[in-house]
Amino acid sequence: MLQLNSIEDFNELRRRLLTDQNGKIPTIVISAGTCGQASGANDLIRITKRELLNNNLTGRVKYRITGCHGFCEMEPSILVQPRGTFYPKVNMEKMIRIVEAVNQGKVLEDLLFVDPDTGKRIEKQNDLPFYRNQVRTILASNENIDPIRIYDYIQNDGYSALAAVLEWNEPEWVIDEVKVSGLRGRGGAGFPTGVKWGLLAEQKNGSGKYLVCNADEGDPGAYMDRSVLEGNPHSIIEGMIIGSFATGATEGVIYIRAEYPLAIKHLIIALRRARELGLLGENILGSGFSFDISLVKGAGAFVCGEETALIRSVEGKMGEPRQRPPFPVQKGIEDKPTAINNVETWANIPIIFRNGAEKYSKIGPEGNSGTKIFSIVGKVKNTGLVEVPMGTKINEIVNNIGGGSVSKTPIKAVQTGGPSGGCIPANMFDLSIDYDSLSKVGSIMGSGGMIVMDENTCMVDVAKYFMNFLKDESCGKCFTCRKGTQRMYEILDDISSGKGTLEQLDLLEELAYVVKDTTMCGLGQTAPNPVLSTLGYFKDEYEAHIKEKRCPAGVCKELITFSINENCTGCLVCLRSCPENAITGSKQELHIINQDKCIKCAACKSVCKFDAVDVI
Amino acid sequence: MINLTINGLKISVEEGTTILEASTFLGFPIPTLCNMEGLSPYGACRLCVVEIEEGTNAKLVTSCTYLAEEGLKVKTASSRVIKARKMILELMLASCPQSKIIQDLASTHEVRQQRFKQEYEDCILCGLCVRMCEEQMMAKAIGFRGRGENRTVGSPFDSKSEVCRLCGGCMYVCPACQLRCTYNEPEKAICGGCANLSPPCIEKEKFDDMMCYMEPCVSCEIEKFNNGG
Repeated sequence: MLQLNSIEDFNELRRRLLTDQNGKIPTIVISAGTCGQASGANDLIRITKRELLNNNLTGRVKYRITGCHGFCEMEPSILVQPRGTFYPKVNMEKMIRIVEAVNQGKVLEDLLFVDPDTGKRIEKQNDLPFYRNQVRTILASNENIDPIRIYDYIQNDGYSALAAVLEWNEPEWVIDEVKVSGLRGRGGAGFPTGVKWGLLAEQKNGSGKYLVCNADEGDPGAYMDRSVLEGNPHSIIEGMIIGSFATGATEGVIYIRAEYPLAIKHLIIALRRARELGLLGENILGSGFSFDISLVKGAGAFVCGEETALIRSVEGKMGEPRQRPPFPVQKGIEDKPTAINNVETWANIPIIFRNGAEKYSKIGPEGNSGTKIFSIVGKVKNTGLVEVPMGTKINEIVNNIGGGSVSKTPIKAVQTGGPSGGCIPANMFDLSIDYDSLSKVGSIMGSGGMIVMDENTCMVDVAKYFMNFLKDESCGKCFTCRKGTQRMYEILDDISSGKGTLEQLDLLEELAYVVKDTTMCGLGQTAPNPVLSTLGYFKDEYEAHIKEKRCPAGVCKELITFSINENCTGCLVCLRSCPENAITGSKQELHIINQDKCIKCAACKSVCKFDAVDVI
Repeated sequence: MINLTINGLKISVEEGTTILEASTFLGFPIPTLCNMEGLSPYGACRLCVVEIEEGTNAKLVTSCTYLAEEGLKVKTASSRVIKARKMILELMLASCPQSKIIQDLASTHEVRQQRFKQEYEDCILCGLCVRMCEEQMMAKAIGFRGRGENRTVGSPFDSKSEVCRLCGGCMYVCPACQLRCTYNEPEKAICGGCANLSPPCIEKEKFDDMMCYMEPCVSCEIEKFNNGG
């Protein structure tokens, strides 16, 4: 087995791999992250292998199984390299045709992506409206790398940053470079990474220091970290090795949630391969510097994404936060100095050293450098992972890259930062996305989740949903967080069911500020954000629920009734779809909903083609 | 020694002193339910919040867990602190109305209304019993289970713990149930001081067995005697 004992060995391997690479052979790239596999990528892999073998194409056409490429709406998708042809929503029949076309060097016009605005077919991935406006410094590697093959990563400049850092051999310089780059923690709080590393390097502790990669991504609707973990695990490992060299950390921990089995699998393989090659473990590349990384699986608590709770969880204790100071950098795992960074932060480190810190600091506005991945979900046409420079306008992400509202109803608001974030109304969409401007409007950057909501979304219901999540996921240590989230939920539940009073609304606001003020950790301090931001921007909706007993968006079940209007053609479709048999009527006659039986599931409204179901 | 200012008064304290200790030393009262001398600070009840720093950096921290820092400016009774404390007490009254300690605190802090739906939970999960058991009795018989609204105190798997020595320490420190085992009829309670607390140990369906470690329990014995047993 190949063992790299020096930096020269590594450079030699890299040279060999780069010359070996025959980029001219057409390659079918199958996007098979968890999202791709869920929509059928495994079948495509099987078909591709079979077709290549059956038709003796193995030397002429290659295939690569990779992590997620980001365009989740179009999964399972196929990318043909080096041409860059993009085929959306491929099924098994289409796959057979694609393999044949790739062999013949043809493009299948009828399977290409159709631009919903112009109606034209677009061939190249980079010309798609979704990809065109992105700056994909991290995510672009996903399509070039098979995550379980370390050579793929090395071919794509992988570990070259590590080799350069080891060759330079000056830890202080590494920290200075990270400071120059202006990289801020991607986990949500935005603490400058270089400063954190500097603090860890200053700590004098004979018994060792820890570096932690926080991969406990728990926000509903957020999966940026998962795609990097699954698609490019070596970039995180390389980042951590560079970090340990700079700070003198002796042990690394990747704290990953157990709900990400594919990411765990890829990480285990990546760690093993890096160790085998001599890039991890004792005496890395013969430099005399040693560092190893272990994997710790979380047990499913949202609060363990909080630094101090994560530390306790790694130690095997109950995941609950503790008072800071002392900060983890002073007293962390087993009371040793510990620096914790998010997955995306680590993935940025090799990029900074590959392209130069100066260049990195020029991306995005002053004080918010670099790119950020957002997972855009909800009521937009193009859901998926979007990587843009910091400071990009919300409008650009939602309407240009996201493609605007998926339905006829206009977009009302976007919720950023997961359950701890806030809702930003559509009239503020020219806000640029960075740590500071988001916190000014009562939301947070968070890890990058972005939920788009249209006029059919009730903001009281949204606040109630997040409060329900938080009351379950609060660790329960602080009385105000535990009881506060329960009581806020209780009041929101009252309001959404028409039992709310205006006094309760004042109480809700008063309670929200107290919870924000008096809790210990980030979860509690940001927990009232969904309530406060919706109260701030959508107070009229709350008041409609209380004063008029009406839900303007038609969501809160206790406040709405379904009825059928004159548009009804008597087609019987709604009648058949009703699970409670609440609709009566015969063919070509106006149908009637029996209100006693109606459970307000909205099944009739979703199937009606004539806009004949009213929700009042 | 560390110099800090509490409510405008300068004080020097040893390193490792909490704000709560320093304030108490100066004579500024700070209410707390989850802090007790001899047990490690935990910061669960949040009643002891104080305001530190000034201007936009001003924030509330629990004085029981926050160690004194050089040059720190502390306000123990600013309007922000009082507002937070009153809300916390209101929340406690709404959940645990039967505790005399909470009632007394609410009364001294002029909490005159309770605007939430009334619950009867008793336990505020302050963790005194857990720390008492672990740190003073060296038993670790009880601990926290679950999270969020499902968090409770109890022994593993709700079975009687093998390491429990029935010392009663957990009940002794409990702010919500300290008067529980006086008598089975509240109006004839021995101390006569608290008529609003019924001994939970005789209401087995409402309270877990495991919370009562008194053996023999005075209350149960009297009940047996009254029933001619």
